[in-house]
Amino acid sequence: MTAVLELRGASRVFGTGHTEVDALVDASLVVEKGELIAVMGPSGSGKTTLLSLAGGLDRPTDGAVLVQGTDLADLSVAALAKLRRHHVGYVFQQFNLIEGLTAAENVALPLELDGVARRPARTAARAALAAVELDGLEDRVPQDLSGGEQQRVAIARAIVGDRSLLLADEPTGALDSLTGENVLRLLRRHCDAGGAGVLVTHDARFAAWANRIVFLRDGRIVDEAAGLDDPAALLPGTTSW
Amino acid sequence: MSVPMSLLAMLDERPMYGLELRNEFEARTGGVWPLNVGQVYTTLGRLERDGLVTLIDEQGGNKTYRITEAGRSQLASWFARPDRTPAPARDELVLKLLMALSRPTPDVLAVIQAERRVHLERLQEFTRLKADAAGPDDLGWLFLLDSLIFKAEAGVRWLDACEARIARHPRSTAPAAAPAEPAPDPVRETSP
Repeated sequence: MTAVLELRGASRVFGTGHTEVDALVDASLVVEKGELIAVMGPSGSGKTTLLSLAGGLDRPTDGAVLVQGTDLADLSVAALAKLRRHHVGYVFQQFNLIEGLTAAENVALPLELDGVARRPARTAARAALAAVELDGLEDRVPQDLSGGEQQRVAIARAIVGDRSLLLADEPTGALDSLTGENVLRLLRRHCDAGGAGVLVTHDARFAAWANRIVFLRDGRIVDEAAGLDDPAALLPGTTSW
Repeated sequence: MSVPMSLLAMLDERPMYGLELRNEFEARTGGVWPLNVGQVYTTLGRLERDGLVTLIDEQGGNKTYRITEAGRSQLASWFARPDRTPAPARDELVLKLLMALSRPTPDVLAVIQAERRVHLERLQEFTRLKADAAGPDDLGWLFLLDSLIFKAEAGVRWLDACEARIARHPRSTAPAAAPAEPAPDPVRETSP
């Protein structure tokens, strides 16, 4: 099966000579359909660089990045932009919604910019908003939505049109604990339904929703956590739950 | 203190016999706190001796107990009294990092990472259990899982903080490693 995302020894160097910075060094990572991968690490460890490479917002100075089996380096600027629009969705800490537009208009926008007619774009937007449990709030403008609701609109905008790869950079940063948990439930659901996601977070409690947690330090992947073989061992005496 | 008070709390809802109490207790605590019927009856015996419960029925070998007024007032003060048990300062992981800090090997950062991975794997599993439990009927189970999750998270945050402190204070300030064969220390050797 083709991985949704693959990094093959991807490196990114910024600057040259004595100001050269290795933001990411020889990073290899495979994200399969159905998987949510969390990336953790101290500030400046390369988390956001990894995410930018994964989404084709930046190119590696060495190594390769493949989305749905396509090496992004083989694509023209136009083809890369098209692949990104069709396959990749972004969620940020700042929701980045457009103020004057309703939730449905915000979500439909990427489709309409992509040439989809207004009516099918709105239908798809409503379906995406329903998937993040915002039915009934489609016609609200961002100012009339809570922070958690705005982030759900942003997630709907990221997944609308069946985009498979969801890239999230600290999506819970501006949210309280339970609202953040709801965002993770939605990311988890997107992956369980056949999508895939990469989540950058410094928050262990949110990273724990991922199938695998990758640790970065000084631009290198140094470790990975992938759950336990025997969860029952955590809860001695558990039988009926 | 916690088990006797929990039995009182359940008896405050209705009279029950030992096996019922055990089953109810295990159901409410998600099975993380195994209790045998013998323990339950021993505890009930002590509560009866102290006048907090009273035996009301012994038919069919099932001893059914009811809470007394004194029991109710004990229970009320248990709920009213905040838990003041201090977090243990003697923690094996803390000790391990303190010892690793002044040694060249293993690298304290490697020890931190190994511990962090295990904490996160635990968090992942608790979170999987939480993801499966969504209904309002699962409120008690969610309380319990959240408690385990926040404790594991606290461990990760502490490890993150240790790592950040090391980054801020380069390791050259750490005490040099002891020579391979230290000179004998007469004071230590003669102390009891």
